Amino acid sequence: MSAPTLDTGRRAAVSPAPGGRRLSLPWIAALVLFVGFWLFGGAAKWAFDYPKAWQIPAQRWIGGAMKWLVDSASFGLFTFTDLTRFVASVIEVPYRLVLSLLSTGFLSGQGSNAVELFPPLSWIAVIALVTLMGLHAGGRRLALLVFLCFAFLAVFGQWNSAMVTLASILIAAPLGIIGGLLLGIAAYRWPRFEKALTPVLDLMQTIPVFAYLVPILILFGFGPTAAIVATLIYAMPPMTRVTALALRLVPDEYRDLGRMIGCTRRQMTWRVLVPSARDSLMVGVNQVIMLSLNMVIIASMIGAGGLGFDVLAALRRLDIGAGLESGVAIVVLAVALDRLSQAYAVKAGAPHKARASDTFLARHPYTLAAAAVVALTVLAGLALPAVQRYPEALQVSVGGIFSEIIRWINVNFFDALEAFKNAILLNVLVPLKRLLGGLPWLGVAALLAFAGWRLGGLRLAALVGALSFLIAATGQWEKATITVYLCGISVLIASLIGIPIGILSAERERLWRWVRVIIDTLQTLPSFVYLMPVVMLFRVGDFTALIAIVAYSVVPAIRYTVLGLEKVDPRLIEAGRAMGCTRMQILTRIKLKLALPEILLGLNQTIMFALSMLVITALVGTRDLGQEVYIALTKADTGRGLVAGLAVAFIAIIADRLISAGAARARVRLGLA
Amino acid sequence: MAVSTSKLVCRNVWKIFGTGAREFLDDAGTQADIGALRRNGLVGAVRNVNLEVREGEIFVIMGLSGSGKSTLVRCLSRLVEPTAGEILFNGENLLAASEARMIEIRRHQMGMVFQHFALMPHMTVLANVAFPLDVQGMGREAREARARRMIELVGLSDKEGFFPRELSGGQQQRVGIARSLAVEPELWFLDEPFSALDPLIRREMQDEFMRLQSVLKKTIVFITHDFDEAIRLADRIAIMKDGAIVQAGTPEDIVLNPADSYVAEFTRNVARSKVVRTASLMRSLDGGAQQDITATVSARATIAEAAPLFSGTVDRMRVIDRDGSAVGILDRAAVVELMMQG
Repeated sequence: MSAPTLDTGRRAAVSPAPGGRRLSLPWIAALVLFVGFWLFGGAAKWAFDYPKAWQIPAQRWIGGAMKWLVDSASFGLFTFTDLTRFVASVIEVPYRLVLSLLSTGFLSGQGSNAVELFPPLSWIAVIALVTLMGLHAGGRRLALLVFLCFAFLAVFGQWNSAMVTLASILIAAPLGIIGGLLLGIAAYRWPRFEKALTPVLDLMQTIPVFAYLVPILILFGFGPTAAIVATLIYAMPPMTRVTALALRLVPDEYRDLGRMIGCTRRQMTWRVLVPSARDSLMVGVNQVIMLSLNMVIIASMIGAGGLGFDVLAALRRLDIGAGLESGVAIVVLAVALDRLSQAYAVKAGAPHKARASDTFLARHPYTLAAAAVVALTVLAGLALPAVQRYPEALQVSVGGIFSEIIRWINVNFFDALEAFKNAILLNVLVPLKRLLGGLPWLGVAALLAFAGWRLGGLRLAALVGALSFLIAATGQWEKATITVYLCGISVLIASLIGIPIGILSAERERLWRWVRVIIDTLQTLPSFVYLMPVVMLFRVGDFTALIAIVAYSVVPAIRYTVLGLEKVDPRLIEAGRAMGCTRMQILTRIKLKLALPEILLGLNQTIMFALSMLVITALVGTRDLGQEVYIALTKADTGRGLVAGLAVAFIAIIADRLISAGAARARVRLGLA
Repeated sequence: MAVSTSKLVCRNVWKIFGTGAREFLDDAGTQADIGALRRNGLVGAVRNVNLEVREGEIFVIMGLSGSGKSTLVRCLSRLVEPTAGEILFNGENLLAASEARMIEIRRHQMGMVFQHFALMPHMTVLANVAFPLDVQGMGREAREARARRMIELVGLSDKEGFFPRELSGGQQQRVGIARSLAVEPELWFLDEPFSALDPLIRREMQDEFMRLQSVLKKTIVFITHDFDEAIRLADRIAIMKDGAIVQAGTPEDIVLNPADSYVAEFTRNVARSKVVRTASLMRSLDGGAQQDITATVSARATIAEAAPLFSGTVDRMRVIDRDGSAVGILDRAAVVELMMQG
């Protein structure tokens, strides 16, 4: 390493631009200092283990604040708890309505004395309705897909749970969309508000969900409404960001138009800007729906029933078959809703023709057909129970088969799997874990701050340094290093797999079509689903976590690589070909170089995905911050959970800011900015 | 065009971007040149502009990109707040008008056509044209009736139910024109309306625009970066450079007497015959009415338009004004000499 280092050092010294392409002199100096400190700084024990006496008692503070909120915070006429219970009941009303319609029916009275006033929509009616929506939004192919998805739910005995889940999505998604839209508009209109909102959004997106389940539980009580609130916190930020960005990207001419025709501010927002930005806004809508579904399982920990609860229960029983069945049902529901909402997004952008001369009947064929189906099934349901409820005799279960397959693999391949796992554990995972665990927190924080300074200036350095100091000062350093080690190695493996796949896919149109289908499906899988087969094969531990994280986080690595390569200006490729570059030279000298900023952003996303999965892998017995959050959840300890959750968020923010700054620099250097 | 009252007057208008622009201007006054601005980290997008747009004329502001013409036209409608100056519309100072008053003026007295059309993608042609009226709160029947009239005026009646993305660029801009006319504005801004169109379509749209103006007789402020377009359409042209007006006058003025080398560069390749009017080339009547000359030509015709009239036997023509009375004599020799110059 020494010869090339010297060489690049000399080159950096002559090059006028500081922080050139390779490691420059300041970097080498910083690294040497760091390694020196690590090896010979043993005397300063406090720099390796943050002294207990200096710790910031953040856990106690947060716990105290929570207690105060619940017990004594008051707005005069009513207390804080009254307020949250009120919000809960506001959500509760529409939720009960939808739930009655889809699942329980409208009841009078309580418990076992309840009398059914009006039955829920029968399975036939629901399937017919969604199929009609598919036909309306995307034509016959979509209708068939949606039909198959919902029929699947009925045939495999998941109907009732699926309808409970659907009911909570039908409440959470619109609330998330409207809330995100309003916040986004506010952020667009008042830059100050946006300044205050941005860090909150950052935290909402990076704090593991587990960490805020406890406070929500305490404030809103156990039940579907608390689950919906948690889902909203999780699903709203992307919609807010998309809205603010989409409004900002509306061409200036539209703003000029709005003012020239004398729009008031309200007209400008709702009549000009929002409609012009509609295509981008629909991306946010789709995101909210997908994220809500992703939350289904976690939300069931605080009282959302349905498919999520089934998965969780099966996971606790280690009943792989039942768990997979419910998991697959979530995926199927997600696929149907995803395709439906995407089709409506496309449709909203496409022109539609309505002739004023048509009769009401001709103008609303879908609405009328839907009404007819509902009326018919309600009547038929009174006479035929099979119409009202899918007959149990016709249900199919393949849970047993899944369990059999897993057992067969374990019986026949146990030794091979075990050897593979142990080899990786002993040779890679454990040494790396030891290495990271031995690093001085002071040195790491300083090195990170240095990187922040080189990449983005003093402000970034201060932010990164402060966040890493806070992790140490709240006593989370040791667990944080385990988080970083698991996350780091997973991201490395995911990149090693994902980037080459991305490169290959970008070069071959047909391969990309297949890969896209696969990664689209992977992305609709709730993160829990990844865990189940891996646990069955490798049981609990770091290795299992590693595989689940890699599987989950490989998607953005592939996607962004392809995106970056496709975005390279075709004229440059043409120029390269005209100069007589080989295919390989075009790839390495032109495409990959120019796609670098995009690939870096992909790396950033990979890290975010890995961190969010990491927390969930706490269920399979890792020893990192995720486990800390999870333990806090089971003990209902708000302070402990939030502090560990914030530490995860800080790691995410540090990685995000450093990589974004690096990508921005790369973009400037490549002349793309 | 008869000389008539001023519709829009613009006095000492400045638009400077950057912090401390106002203070800088107060100190430097009208002496502020580009160098001084730049030293203070400011950008002078519009510098000390004075102009007057008369009722019923087509006033073209011509300049290359970055010359400040778009900023200037946005100052005139107060889409951009000028740093200093006075803008009088029908004698009323727009810069003193309240926000509510500006909304009122824009709703009823101004219209604007945009370079990239700015049509609402989710609305039909009819809804797009009716949109300004909808914003005013006009009832559906009334606004659609008026929108239909405008669509007919620009010749798109059969496309009423189409969406913008189903139309060609030229058709889209016709919709933009119809929309800007729907409020029946007194003052009509066109911001590079044809720059995004292909050359052939552009030509066609210019003809269409002249036809419309001959019917509507609006007061027009037209922005372009195309000198030929300016010459073709303008009653008067103002040429902008670095935020200031370097020359203003009729096309003929500018082509025959360019104020400096910058303007001369534009005029060099313009055929004189297409700009010079017969009135400028004629000789005086020499006392008599010259009744023996039967051929006549309008004083407003360009030489290029007059030239074909000199067929075989005609050597001289009487130049007549609007009322039909002779004002001078145009000789074949003079015409040929000018045509030879290009």
